[in-house]
Amino acid sequence: MNMLSVSTGFALSVAAYAAGAFGTLACWQKPALARRMCCSFALTGAVLGGFTSVLAILRGTPAVWSVPSGIPLFAFSFSYDALAGFFNLALAIPVAAVSIYSFGYLKGFEGKRNIGLFAFLFNLLLLSLTVVFTAANAFLFLIAWEVMALAAYGLVIFYHEDRETRRAGLLYIIMAHVDAGCLLLGFALLINSTGSAEFSTFRPLAAQLNGGQQTAAFVLFFLGFAIKAGVIPFHIWLPAAHPVAPSNVSALLSGIVIKTGIYGMARIFLDVLGGVPSWAGLLVLIVGVVSAVLGVLYALMEHDLKRLLAYHSIENIGIILMGLGAALIFRVAGHPTLAAVALIAAMFHTLNHAIFKSLLFLGAGSVLHSTGTRNMEEMGGLIRPMPVTAFCFLIGAVAISGLPPLNGFVSEWLTYQTLLAGFGAIPGLTRILFPLAGSMLALTGALAAACFVKAFAITFLALPRGTESRNAHEAPRSMLTGMGWLTLACAVLGLGVTWFLPVFDAMTEQLLGQRVSSHLVSGHGLVLSAGMRTGGTVSPLVIAVGLLVLTLPAAFLVAIGVRRFGRKRGPVWDCGLPRLSEENEYTATAFSKALRMIFSVLYKPRREIQAVFDVSPYFPKEIRFESEIEPTFEKRLYAPLQEFIFRVSSRMRTIQAGSIHAYLAYIFVTLVLLLLFGVRK
Amino acid sequence: MIEVLINSALQLVLLLLLAPLLSGAIKTLKARLQMRRGPGILQPYRDILKLLRKGMVIPETASWIFSAAPYMVFATATLVGLMIPMTTTHAPFSLFGGVLAVVYLLALGRFFLALGGLDTGSSFGGLGSSREMTISAIAEPAMMLAIFTVALGANSTNLSEMAKVAVGQSWRFLAPSQMLAFAALFIVLIAETGRIPVDNPATHLELTMIHEAMILEYSGPYLALIEWGASIKQLVLMTLLVNTFFPFGLSSDWTLQTIGVGLAFYLAKLLMLACMIVLVETTNAKLRLFRVPELLMVAFILGALALISTFLF
Repeated sequence: MNMLSVSTGFALSVAAYAAGAFGTLACWQKPALARRMCCSFALTGAVLGGFTSVLAILRGTPAVWSVPSGIPLFAFSFSYDALAGFFNLALAIPVAAVSIYSFGYLKGFEGKRNIGLFAFLFNLLLLSLTVVFTAANAFLFLIAWEVMALAAYGLVIFYHEDRETRRAGLLYIIMAHVDAGCLLLGFALLINSTGSAEFSTFRPLAAQLNGGQQTAAFVLFFLGFAIKAGVIPFHIWLPAAHPVAPSNVSALLSGIVIKTGIYGMARIFLDVLGGVPSWAGLLVLIVGVVSAVLGVLYALMEHDLKRLLAYHSIENIGIILMGLGAALIFRVAGHPTLAAVALIAAMFHTLNHAIFKSLLFLGAGSVLHSTGTRNMEEMGGLIRPMPVTAFCFLIGAVAISGLPPLNGFVSEWLTYQTLLAGFGAIPGLTRILFPLAGSMLALTGALAAACFVKAFAITFLALPRGTESRNAHEAPRSMLTGMGWLTLACAVLGLGVTWFLPVFDAMTEQLLGQRVSSHLVSGHGLVLSAGMRTGGTVSPLVIAVGLLVLTLPAAFLVAIGVRRFGRKRGPVWDCGLPRLSEENEYTATAFSKALRMIFSVLYKPRREIQAVFDVSPYFPKEIRFESEIEPTFEKRLYAPLQEFIFRVSSRMRTIQAGSIHAYLAYIFVTLVLLLLFGVRK
Repeated sequence: MIEVLINSALQLVLLLLLAPLLSGAIKTLKARLQMRRGPGILQPYRDILKLLRKGMVIPETASWIFSAAPYMVFATATLVGLMIPMTTTHAPFSLFGGVLAVVYLLALGRFFLALGGLDTGSSFGGLGSSREMTISAIAEPAMMLAIFTVALGANSTNLSEMAKVAVGQSWRFLAPSQMLAFAALFIVLIAETGRIPVDNPATHLELTMIHEAMILEYSGPYLALIEWGASIKQLVLMTLLVNTFFPFGLSSDWTLQTIGVGLAFYLAKLLMLACMIVLVETTNAKLRLFRVPELLMVAFILGALALISTFLF
């Protein structure tokens, strides 16, 4: 009965997305109807999908069903287990919010853009995501993976009139196919040694792979999933593609689509392969550290609000990989309980990032919607025309900076505890890496806080810096509702973490054979503890209440003071100059100047100042200032690679002379070679 | 339960009253060392009282963030104070947040203060916020490494637990890892509390200010809250240093006598640390802003060495 309800829920949710995709495409000529259909079907799919995931998590054992397709190796096999359930939950929460948000957001498309087409791609993306998380057949997985990449590509280039958008789309689709290629090879390796494409047949045989095969499988899958997740150095497509998409799509891309990489790693490394060698775990951990630190450092230099957020996705993927890498290491080292805690840290951060990153992108979308610019240097003072958006963005900023008592803090806290525990659990000198990774996590967190001080303050505070931001208006109610829902989720998952933890039990039991949530909760369900070995405890709820209670006497003192001695508004101290204007304000570039200087080895900043003056250089009439940092990876890694590919391609042109006889000869030679191979086997 | 409440109330009172006194003591010591008379040890109390009885001027450009920041600074610093063992090993809130929560709560206060600095639209505020966030960001890894060294020794990030372990081995601070970690944390303390050579708390030249620039537009009771909060933060960080490395006088019992002895020892230790700070402040000049990262890098390396030396000794 229960299994039936999981499969029914899954089918209904997929059907809702399919109806949203094809039904809306059919009525593309009626924009208002198409808009409502798109959003309501997506919302229905998300709600059904969310309920299904909860059912599956409660159920514990996987719901499995398979429909043969008649094609060899390919079957419509699904396995809705706890891991699938968790990722479907992480999909459902932001999708529900984004759907509500889109009711208002897509209104701007009416009469200008084809909403039917948008709805088709949007719902198709959601559908393929749901299938990716549940597929139990390698080919089904790859097909869903490819559909996801193509739907996302269509959405990324939705504003295709822009050259920048098309270029970003091209970069994205190339990288997406490199990663799909890696995965195809990886699966081919497994299929070759098992003779079947079902995940269930991989499991028993995975242990019998020899060392070389194991290494190859790990490298191929890691490359494939790391590119999708936007891990440094495979990240260059992410800050290009995510910002140019419509904002509701950016929210999904950063919130959940890149998490398919994390899902894939968890699925293949922990479930299908049943563990990877410890050097592989260390590699994941180190790559995570590098992504986290470099991601946030690049984010700091951005003044395009959406690009800034995209770089933060790289950072957060890095934090997730730290937890995941630790889990892989602990598993091999024979510490399943610790591995379970590490996995919870990674997965919790995955969910949290899905929530606060969608929230922030939706907030940026409202700002873009209202001011028409992504450039923070033209914003400012938006907290007055857009108070609700500003509040939601602030909560998202506090959460993503990992500050207590919100959800980002809790998952980073768990990651710290995991890393500290690693020091005690792993023998040998490698254990020194764990506290070092912890200190890099601290650097990441502090830089993220600096970056979000900049992002929030330059966008929403002080005086408006451009006419658009002076005439800004609050977003419509549906958009605010979508953001409000995610804001609430940030608070609930932070304050109520001890009640939420049992959700992870089914997953950790499935992957590691451990249920640890009850060890992690103490003090009448108020206190989160790290469980074993390192005794650390924290209670976000008590922290929140404590902050409120301690604010009261302070507010009392201020209130007395204000009542007796007054309070008035006055101009800002201007050093005696005639009234400050927005031109005197600190800018995003200025804010990050100190860090740009300190990390100049990385950034290699270049600046150019030209002043025009009549009499004295002290009184310039006009100043032109230009500043940029060197995109190291693009320049040092990808530009040579591109050049190499072009060089090889131009060599290959000689054999593509356009002569049909030559082509026929190639085909003949190929056939003969293949036949030879076939016969020899 | 009642014990926790009494403990919290006592520690809260101690925290609120002792923090300005410590600031005053540091100022007076510094003045004496420089052959000045100084404003007197009670001056910070007078300052706070005076500010509480002043009218407030709020910049025209500021939003509610500007007004929220002082409360956040004050509340986070005070809450953190309740998580740290002061006179006995029992910190009333140690169960609700360990050393990680302490670091991140202080970061929360700083986050809002930096927003408050930028909210005014004044360049000085922006300048201060930018520098404060930058310096704290580079101080953070050093601080965490040093803290990890101690936490790993105690197998806990819970500050009461860490203090208990420290009490069990009072002479542990002679171990190289502890000394190195202490040195790293001392540098971080100087950076975090905005003291020479990182920042000059007494400066009134806008271009060299960090903390003072950020709070330039605050006045009246708000300024009082910020100053009070800053002095509490200083007390908390100093307490963290003296009680985790030099646990003398800390007791896990709860009698009048142990509390009295604990208090006496605690004050003595704070005074010693204050002397060290004063000595550093008097014998050094303020560093250029872009020299500060080098100092903090030293702290980071000290922290890393501390960690590595736990293998050796």
